[in-house]
Formats: sequence, C-alpha cells, structure tokens
Amino acid sequence: MMNILVLIKQVPASNKVEVDPVTGVLKRNGAASKMNPYDLFTIETALQLREAVGGEVSVMTMGPPQAEKIMREAYSLGVDRGYILSDRAFAGADVLATAYTLAQGIEKAGGFDLILCGKQTTDGDTAQVGPEVAERLGLPSIAGVTSVEPQEGGIVVEMDMGESIQKARLSFPCLVCVDKDVNQPRLPSYRLREATRTREITIWSLADLPDRDKTHYGLDGSATQVQKIFPPTDNRERMNLTGSPDDMAKALAGKLRDLKFVR
Amino acid sequence: MTYKKVDACDLKWLKDAGLDLISGADIPEEYGHDELSGDRRMPEAVVVAHSAGEVSTLLGYANEKKIPVTPRGSGTGLVGAAVPLCGGIVLDMSKMNRILELDEDNLTVTVEPGVLLMDLAAFTEEHGFLYPPDPGEKSATIGGNINTNAGGMRAVKYGVTRDYVRGLEVVLPTGKILEIGGKMVKNSSGYALKDLMVGSEGTLGVVTKAVLKLLPLPERTISLLIPFADLKAAIDTVPLIIRARAIPTAVEFIERAVIRAAEDYLGTRFPDHEGDAYLLLRFDGASEEDMERDYDRVAKLCLEQGARDVFILDTEERSTVVWKARGAFLEAIKMSTSEMDEVDVVVPRSAVNDMVTYAGRVEKEVGIRIRYFGHAGDGNLHIYILRDDLPEEEWKDKLKRAMALLYEKAKALSGAVSGEHGIGYAKKGYLKESLDPEQLALMRGIKGVFDPNHILNPDKICF
Repeated sequence: MMNILVLIKQVPASNKVEVDPVTGVLKRNGAASKMNPYDLFTIETALQLREAVGGEVSVMTMGPPQAEKIMREAYSLGVDRGYILSDRAFAGADVLATAYTLAQGIEKAGGFDLILCGKQTTDGDTAQVGPEVAERLGLPSIAGVTSVEPQEGGIVVEMDMGESIQKARLSFPCLVCVDKDVNQPRLPSYRLREATRTREITIWSLADLPDRDKTHYGLDGSATQVQKIFPPTDNRERMNLTGSPDDMAKALAGKLRDLKFVR
Repeated sequence: MTYKKVDACDLKWLKDAGLDLISGADIPEEYGHDELSGDRRMPEAVVVAHSAGEVSTLLGYANEKKIPVTPRGSGTGLVGAAVPLCGGIVLDMSKMNRILELDEDNLTVTVEPGVLLMDLAAFTEEHGFLYPPDPGEKSATIGGNINTNAGGMRAVKYGVTRDYVRGLEVVLPTGKILEIGGKMVKNSSGYALKDLMVGSEGTLGVVTKAVLKLLPLPERTISLLIPFADLKAAIDTVPLIIRARAIPTAVEFIERAVIRAAEDYLGTRFPDHEGDAYLLLRFDGASEEDMERDYDRVAKLCLEQGARDVFILDTEERSTVVWKARGAFLEAIKMSTSEMDEVDVVVPRSAVNDMVTYAGRVEKEVGIRIRYFGHAGDGNLHIYILRDDLPEEEWKDKLKRAMALLYEKAKALSGAVSGEHGIGYAKKGYLKESLDPEQLALMRGIKGVFDPNHILNPDKICF
C-alpha cells in the first residue's frame, strides 16, 4: 500500500507561449488551459504504482479556483483525491514561495509516502519547485527519474544522468521528479468522468494552512521578482541547396561542420 | 493505338522550346512507378513543368507528334495512374508549387497543382481557414488530389475534394489553356466541366491552377477513442451515431492488429490496449461547450452499445498520439509484409459491417493475410491483401481470387470500385466489371472529345 501525492499545475492550452512584445505580458490565448503535459507522465507513474501495490493517489495544485478543471481531469484518469490551494495571498509567488505553499498544503494533508512531481511546467519551465518542496519538508529527493519500482518501505529509482543511469534507493517519505516520456500516459475516461462528477475536491485557503503568516506567501514571500518577460530572438535563417544529391550532401555536411553541429 | 517514340529530334525540339527536360539514363527510377501498384514502366523523357505555358507547349507538340504524356504529382498514388504505361513523356507538375492567392472576401485560395497537402493545411490554418479534405497522405500534391477526387478523414461532415474545387485552369491535349469554373459560389452555366475534370486522373487535361473553397477554421476540435469488444460491435454503432444527428467530422474504425503494426512501425505505444476494435471520432466546433454537448450524446450511446469506455482526446498531445498512429496505418501495414495490393471500395454506410465481415471470410477461404481499416462514417474501406512469403505464382493466384471476391461483394452491396484512390491502371478491369457498358461507352466518348489522339495518360480508367 502506497499513499502517493502528485503535484500538478494548470498551464495555457497552447504550446506556443506568446509574449506581447510591448507589455511583456504572457498572451493567455483566450484563457484556454490544460494540465501541464509533463504532469501526465507523473500521474501515469503514480497510477501504475497504485495498480502494482495498492494504495491511494492524490493530486495537489496551487492556483485559482478554475484549477478544478484539472482536478476533474485527474479524476477521469483514475486519481482518488484532489486538493487545490487557492488564496489571493498566494498570487505572484516565485518558485520559493510556491514551494513553501505546497509544502504547507502537504503538511496539512499529511501521511504521504511518496510525493511525485513532473520534470517542469510548460509555462514557467524552471524545474525547481519539486526539489524546493522536498527541501521545505526536509525529505530526501531525486530528479530526472525514468523509472520507479516499489520496494519494502521505499522505492528504487533510475535517474538519467545524461551519460549514465544512476540507480538509487529511497526510504519513505520521499520526493521524486519524474522525467518526461517515461511512459505512455493513459487517456481521460468518460466513464470515470461521469462516475466522479460529484466527487469532492478539497479547497484550502491561507486560513486552512499551518502557517498563516501572509508575508510568507505570494509576492511578499518571494525572493525573486520578475523584471521583464520578452520573447527570445527567433532565428529563421534558411538556406537552399541545389545540385546533385552528392553535391547537396557534401554541402550540407560542410555547413553542419562550420556551424559545429557535427565534428 | 500506336504512339511515336521520343527520339533525338523530339528531345532537341523540346529543349529548344526551353523545357526543363530529363532524358535517357538521367531519368530517376521513381518516374517509372507510383507508391503501390505493381505496374512499372520508365518514360522516354521527363518534362518538369514550371508554368502553364510550358505545359501548353509540351502538349501541343506531343499531340501533333502523337507522343503519350503522363502527368505526375508526388507519385503517391496507389493505382498506377501516374505510371507511363505507353512510355512517352512524364510531365512532372510538382515544381509548380506556389500558393498564389488567399481571397478572404470570397473565401478561396488559389494554388498551383504541385502544392503539397501539408503545406496547404499549414498555410490555411495559419490564416484561420480550413481546407477540409484530409487524406492520410499529406505529401500528396493538391493536383493529384484533384485528379483522384481524394476524400480523406473529414468526408463525413465536409465531403470530398470535388466539393471544394471552385475553378480550374487546365491545359487541354491540344495545348489550349482553359479556365473552367471560378470564384463564384453558384454556377448553372452549362455542363459542369470543372466537376468532370476533378477525378479524371490526368486523362482529360492537365490542371495548372486551382481555386479552392475554404471554411473558417473551427476554434476547437476534440476526438473520442472508443474501445469495443469486437469490430462488429464497433461498426454496428456507427449508423446509430449518424442517426443521433451528431455530426462528427470523422468516424474511423481500427482493429487491434493494425494498431500493433503501427506501434511496431512508429516505435511508440498506443495509449490504450483494452479493445479488440476501436472507433475513432473527431468533432469540431466553435467552443468546448458546443462540442461537449455533441460528443456527450455519442459517448452515452456508445456505452449503451457495449463500448468498454470512451476516451477523450482533448489536448494536442492526446490527439496527436492517436491520429499519428492512424495516419501511419498504410505505411505500417506495408512494412509488415513483402508486397501488397489494396482494395479501396466504398459501400453504403449501412453495409460496412457486411463488407468487413466478408473480408475476414476471404482471408480464411483464400488463405492469404488481409488487413483493413477505414472510414466507417462514409463507407470507404481500405483492404490490404498481403503477400508475406508466398511464392510468386501462388501470390498472383490468391491475390486475383481475393480481389475478385471483394469487388464482387462490394457490387452486391451496391458499392463502387474506388472511394478515393481512383482507377488508374490497376483497377480498370474491376471498373469494367462493375459498370453498365453504356456508362463505360459514355466515359470513352468523353475521353474522345477531350483527347481525340489519346495522348494524355493513355490506357487508364475506362480503356
């Protein structure tokens, strides 16, 4: 039996995040949103663990009340329980304040053996919140994980180190950031969606958390502040090669060498 | 019909006329075949067209000299329509590939015939428009699509290529350049030559420009993947979906064996393995709420019909993983065997189950592996007969028997020989079998009016 919590986030539906070049504000594209695609691999990992050893899978997010949408989606994937941490005081949080808020929510909910996070989100892209939550909770943690195997009192994970794979054993409770593409996430089920239509979602505000000091949350609790957001310069330089296939192959190989893409 | 062989004199004339010419040993091997049919023949010369004027020059000359000319797009056809069976000249239209105009007042896009479907889709979507015909082969040219009257996966709701061709510029075998149809929405002015040209497989004229009708791009699309215990249960549900008046853009049926082939081919896993058969439906609409109302009815109906579940493909990632597998079926089946031939019959929607069940029976009776998938929503099936390791003689014999049985069945079910791939050379025997001789005579008569010397793509469709 394993009590698993997955930390998830609602992100803009479009993968092409556009920034208004004048105001530097993220264009939210008609407010269409979806679950962070990286979180799907994590939920799948959690559900497979539950299928293997039994237990319960919960999800938690910090966000506005509209985050209910991704809670319902999680239920339609087979998740048992959902928590939203929502309060005006949480707005404007950087990674540290976000991690602190989530850590408070986790403390309040209590009793998790394993906390799983995705690799990163498609909107913030920092990949920092997971490890920082572990730090706040004083839990052992590991990132870049490609497989999680249950073991008595803990788990054995494989971690992608780029050139090598590291195998590690962690005792419960612990936190793991799961890599992307480690499995084929299941699809939302209409049957489950209908069956969980009235299932409760726990919504906690600042008043529900163990630490109610407003200055520890949101913009006030953030160590960093965003000065400016701007779109990266985009390079659409093109070249056309002509000639026989041999000539074109030679020219292409030469160009790739010049650009130091190949040696 | 006897034709003149291309000789040094012809080559010199064509070169002097400024045509982009390839001849003799320089002709790449691909000009001698298409993507599937066993028919092969190398042309004596290839002319790569860059303008309608060049096409006109070539056809005028070829007509005078009685040299056969076979137009060609990307060569992704499956019935040998672009194979130069009588030799002569292959006219490569793929380099005339410019998108000429987007007319937002008339909702049309004007293109040259060599524009690839994927480029057309990207262009129109970028500007907020939809060109609805959606065949699986995205590297086909729009010219090829027009010439086969290609259908694709949105036919249930939106119809086929012919419904979206407003006007054409064609070069007749005499070299005359003609504009037929135009940007008008209505047209009751004489015989519908434009509609006749669509689906003529390059036998009546060469399309050098096309005005295509566009629709506003639907804001949202959503797909449902629905596992069933068996194929019959899946296909039996389709008429009920249609009857429920929820209009999906696509209704595809998929069998587990074909999914497995696609997994092997793509090296990815399909996101579900619960069903022996699946229906794959797509809806489009202005808002999420609109579509939800539509698909909710269909989901309930499918569950009542014994579907194991209904999976909701509501994001780009989910949709891509399933539709990418669907798009790879033909290649995946092709990779799984040594050689294959296909049957692209179309039957009334209500007869799809009979046809599919029969294909399963033919597989057993003839003793040859058969795989199929198709557009359950429009009755168009793609049935593939696979050679695997059969020796040549046995393969030919079994293929012939299987094909004959399948076409006979389609006819008995009031179907037609080809839903969207065309007749070309490979299926003309079956077309002959299936049509009233009077109908064939009319077709031949039409050919004679357009092309009295039979220089344009000879020996195809009805000859």
